[in-house]
Amino acid sequence: MVESVLRLRSAAWPLVMGMIAGGAVVLFAGAGLFWALVALALAALLIAQFVTFQEPIRPAEEKADDPVAALPPMTRVLLDQLPIPVMLLDDDERVQFVNQSMRDVLGPGLDRKRASSVLRNPDVLAAIAEARRGFSANVPFSLPVPIERHFQAYVARISVSPPVTALLLHDLTVVRRSEQMRADFIANASHELRTPLAAVSGFIETLRGHAKEDEVARDQFLDIMGVEAARMRRLIEDLLSLTRIEMNEHVKPEGRIGLEGVVRQAANALKPLAAQDGITVVVDCQPGLPQVVGEHDELVQLFQNLIHNAIKYGQDNGKVQVILSRQDAVVAVAVRDDGEGISPGAIPRLTERFYRVDVKRSRERGGTGLGLAIVKHIVNRHQGRLSIESKLGVGSTFTVLLPVAPAETPAKSTQAEPVTEML
Amino acid sequence: MTEHTVKSFGEQLEALSALVAQMGGLAEAQFAAAIEAIARRDSAAAERAVAGDARIDEVQQEIEDRALKLLALRQPMAVDLRETLAAVKTAAELERIGDLAKNIAKRALVLNREPPIRLTQSLARMGKASQNQLKEVLDAFTSRNAEEAEAVWNRDGEIDEIYNSLFRELLTYMMEDPRTIGLCTHLLFVAKNIERAGDHCTNIAEVVYHMVRAGHLANARPKADTTSETSVPYETHA
Repeated sequence: MVESVLRLRSAAWPLVMGMIAGGAVVLFAGAGLFWALVALALAALLIAQFVTFQEPIRPAEEKADDPVAALPPMTRVLLDQLPIPVMLLDDDERVQFVNQSMRDVLGPGLDRKRASSVLRNPDVLAAIAEARRGFSANVPFSLPVPIERHFQAYVARISVSPPVTALLLHDLTVVRRSEQMRADFIANASHELRTPLAAVSGFIETLRGHAKEDEVARDQFLDIMGVEAARMRRLIEDLLSLTRIEMNEHVKPEGRIGLEGVVRQAANALKPLAAQDGITVVVDCQPGLPQVVGEHDELVQLFQNLIHNAIKYGQDNGKVQVILSRQDAVVAVAVRDDGEGISPGAIPRLTERFYRVDVKRSRERGGTGLGLAIVKHIVNRHQGRLSIESKLGVGSTFTVLLPVAPAETPAKSTQAEPVTEML
Repeated sequence: MTEHTVKSFGEQLEALSALVAQMGGLAEAQFAAAIEAIARRDSAAAERAVAGDARIDEVQQEIEDRALKLLALRQPMAVDLRETLAAVKTAAELERIGDLAKNIAKRALVLNREPPIRLTQSLARMGKASQNQLKEVLDAFTSRNAEEAEAVWNRDGEIDEIYNSLFRELLTYMMEDPRTIGLCTHLLFVAKNIERAGDHCTNIAEVVYHMVRAGHLANARPKADTTSETSVPYETHA
């Protein structure tokens, strides 16, 4: 609007000047006084119109353009710091304001965009349209990918002039997740525990029955039962840690951490196990590696799982190499074994829970089918990537790419700025 | 946004884009409901996905009408012309994704009457991968980001590989126990539909790339479409 008025005005000035000049020419050239007066009057009329025109339009435009700028600074700071995601929209459904929490959910670059471009969920868009007509609404919605999140959206008209619609989100992810995790846990546990449990009960029955007096068979059976019981225990441990990690997957990790220490800790813990198969674990670290954002315990578990796999599926008396290096904005940790490799068809499904390339071999090696699923979830939470390369007969490399931690204090500067404004 | 001498033209074009984004949201929701129906054996979600298709078709119609009007009355050029075309093309791809979601949901209704089978979890996971592609390509569309579109386009191979692996696993299942053939056929089609939805996402990625850069991604495609053919040998082999 402002621009078109400006354009009209700039186009009108030459016209006005032309008319004045025309009037003067007419006057001095001696054409009738009447026509000269008419020309001058017209010019004066035009000028008068533009002079009165431009005054009332500016303030009204500004007000409609940015209702947020009109807020007291303290209110703006409060809105921005609120742990509840807030978005304010105008009547074109354009984003007028988003606070930090909303940016955390939807990402940066939201200003002045249309609601349908930043939040495509049809239910929420319908609620926004309703709110424009004065009906406040309350709709549940979820963002299924990349990490599943659930929200309740409250949408209401909070001001008619200037027109402002507010959208508030209530994060229900934790609640919904814990429901889902519980269901998944029970389903997985009951399914996966069935086989070892059946084996154990079978042996108990045999020991009570015809193997009662057979000492050799008894020892053998007890050994097998011990192995099965250990497997059940591992399975439950893995399921529990997977559940725990999944619960927090949508929460960004906070600590800053050097990966070398983490990797060495994981490797050292597994050295005795590697020694049993005559495998050497070598950690090779590029000096001056930057820190990454991450949680210590989870990262240790991540690398322990990867190195443990490399030991399990590597060649006896072979070598497991762990190589840390920096690649642009990420730190790469590659865990390389010299085992028989994985067929290309199986690679994309390795991180599926309970997926096993070779069920029998995995069981023999004491695998639960959850190790890489855990790895994948930890990597997701850390906003990293996992890449798997493998060549049959040569070996496999599992590479974890974790983003380098940003230079410190970005969070503090956004806080400090509004406070000085308040003072 | 580039400046236009006639302001309302820019607004019309933007409204068209917003409508495509809105249609994308509908397709996303429908596809999500279909995958949910498979993953959680949720028949209500399946019904939702089946019912959602009509609305998508409606929006597609509206996008086509508006684009046609824009072309006829405004005769857009350069990036404006590409944006108008991109809206029509993307809408067509989204409509196909909607159809695929509807088909997946219909099969989910059948699957949910049968005893549960673990492979549905693998399908759900594959579905998530496609969903992710759809989300990112729509993000690329709304933010006019050619790099993001290219990344989506490059990632399609992953879904194809999961599809190949599932395909083989389903064939083995059927050979081991012919009683599961009925069930597995449905699963096979679900997998195929998810894979197709992923392909439509790469098509949208190509459209987005062309809209932003005026060049074609397809000319440089690194591995063509070999992934869809690698599943054929398994058929004869099995």
